[in-house]
Amino acid sequence: MPERIPKLDKDIKDKLEKVGIEMDKEKRSAIFLQVDQNVETSSSFASGVEMIGIKQALGKYDWLHDYYWKVVSKDKDQYTKEVDVEDVNGYFIRSLPGTKVDFPVEACLYLKSPKKQKVHNIIIAEENSELNIISGCASHPGLTTGMHLGISEFYVKKNAKLSFTMIHNWETNIEVRPRSAAIVEDGGIYISNYIIMNPVKIVQSYPTVHLNGDNSTAIMSSIIVAMDNSIVDTGSRVIIKGKGSSAEILSRAISKGGTIYSRGDIVGDSPDAKGHLECMGMMLSEQGSIIAIPELEAKHPNVDLSHEAAIGKIAEEEIFYLMSRGFTRDEATAAIVRGFLDIEIKGLPIALKKKIDEAINLVERELI
Amino acid sequence: MLRVVNLGAEVEGTPILNHVNLYIKEGQTYVLFGPNGNGKTSLLMTLIGNPSFKITYGRIIFKGQDINDLSTDQRVKMGMGISFQYPPKVSGLKLIDMLFNCAKQSGTDPSKIYEYAQMLNMEKFLNRSLNVGFSGGEVKRSEVLQLLTLNPDLVLFDEPDSGVDLDNIAIIGSAVGDLLDRKKNKDDRKKSGLIITHQGHILDYVDADYGLILYKGMVACVGDPYDMLDEISKKGYEGCVEKCLKGFQNSIKT
Ligand SMILES: Nc1ncnc2c1ncn2[C@@H]1O[C@H](COP(=O)(O)OP(=O)(O)O)[C@@H](O)[C@H]1O
Ligand SMILES: [Mg+2]
Repeated sequence: MPERIPKLDKDIKDKLEKVGIEMDKEKRSAIFLQVDQNVETSSSFASGVEMIGIKQALGKYDWLHDYYWKVVSKDKDQYTKEVDVEDVNGYFIRSLPGTKVDFPVEACLYLKSPKKQKVHNIIIAEENSELNIISGCASHPGLTTGMHLGISEFYVKKNAKLSFTMIHNWETNIEVRPRSAAIVEDGGIYISNYIIMNPVKIVQSYPTVHLNGDNSTAIMSSIIVAMDNSIVDTGSRVIIKGKGSSAEILSRAISKGGTIYSRGDIVGDSPDAKGHLECMGMMLSEQGSIIAIPELEAKHPNVDLSHEAAIGKIAEEEIFYLMSRGFTRDEATAAIVRGFLDIEIKGLPIALKKKIDEAINLVERELI
Repeated sequence: MLRVVNLGAEVEGTPILNHVNLYIKEGQTYVLFGPNGNGKTSLLMTLIGNPSFKITYGRIIFKGQDINDLSTDQRVKMGMGISFQYPPKVSGLKLIDMLFNCAKQSGTDPSKIYEYAQMLNMEKFLNRSLNVGFSGGEVKRSEVLQLLTLNPDLVLFDEPDSGVDLDNIAIIGSAVGDLLDRKKNKDDRKKSGLIITHQGHILDYVDADYGLILYKGMVACVGDPYDMLDEISKKGYEGCVEKCLKGFQNSIKT
């Protein structure tokens, strides 16, 4: 860990390192770290990217109030209401018009005390810009209870591209209820990757993307592993309003004793909306369950929406095939599980692809 | 190399191999003919140790060791290899990663992978998921490519030439020839093989030593593979088997 955040406790540093939060400014264009309600670090090393705490940002920019509680509504449910408080904190990330930053932005939310962490983030990719964010959320080792409530509002302006890769690293006692939504304008691309592989008490979220612009695109991928007693209830909804716009929702779910609700919903509300939903589940244990709930809604005769869902156990035939090339049974199982989780995510920078691979590596041993 | 002694096997409780005897010496290549559904694939699966195929009696001796109780990966580590008639798709596992694994198993220099891939015209497939979206010919080439990298001593081929056009049969045939030391002098051949084929196209590129017909789970005929192929094309399997069994019964009587 670089000297940028010297005042951090050693155990926090260790945990961040363990879950692979990258705070090195040689590898990131901006970094942000919030512990409970306090912003510990927030800095940008690239001229095209702005990264400050949300409170500071609201003070600095009057116009930002037009983005605050705009795409997520304040009284959506009890959890959004709870975040509407004085001591809320979070990040404001914005890529300036026409800029493309090579390195991703790292934003980390860390839960240290057994209270509720309340977060409100705003992310704006201005016109013709490209912004790649990796967001890690983690909780303190041994934390016996805790809750993370996070509002995230994403704005993808004309012809901008925003990728948001979220890797969750909670512990068995933590309850997590993010509330996210995005608006994508003409020609904009929004890519979301959600990864959770560690034990957690409950995760419940159902982000919505509004493809309001013409020729806009949303690609929502999630990789979910639910260990014993974890409940992960998550999915993505895309509402296609713009002409020539399309959505893709991909998910891979593995239950090793946990319960997974894998949701997906595509609403075709433009005459030529296109959407595909793919939801694959693998059961690695007699306990637990996977429930796939794909939904499609067409509001015009010419929309083209499809879905594909399959849940099963690992195929013996594939294990045998790999064993016939010298893999042991365990090696074969690991390779197949790994292949199953490896979604081909289009348009993701290599650094983020590597990040996802690392996350899969970390959990691989526990799965077999 | 391989000695199969009075082998019986069943799948899901149904007998599929009966009293099979087979002896393949180092450097020898056998061809296995037989009508569809008569147990050719089952024999290969039993030899390589597919858990769905249970040995009911008899023994498989490989390199002098009884391998009845060994798992598939243990047999492969001893030097067996197989190309499948219909291998499964493994999504997310790239062909190149499978090949790196095969190279590691056999101690093959990984740089050879690219040489072999070029030979089999498979360079474009290295970064694709194994068998996902591969055509029939591509699947067969990928199987043989994996075997080249795995470099086994006893190689089992399940219809490497079925559904493959003539250009590709030439490519595959040449690689099979390499795998089985068929391009070497007779005395220098170390590798052994068992090849299942229907049309025998592969035999234009691989000169096999013996042919067998597997009929109703039994080895019904043994002979010169080229004569056999000729007879099969003239008389059909039934005709051939009838003739062999007659000879077989006569030999029992005398
Ligand atoms: N996995 C299996 N489960 C049930 N029956 C099988 C299985 N594999 C093969 N069989 C049966 O065993 C018999 C022999 O099949 P097979 O060995 O594939 O024949 P061949 O390769 O000679 O065409 C067939 O009747 C086939 O249906
Ligand atoms: Mg067969």
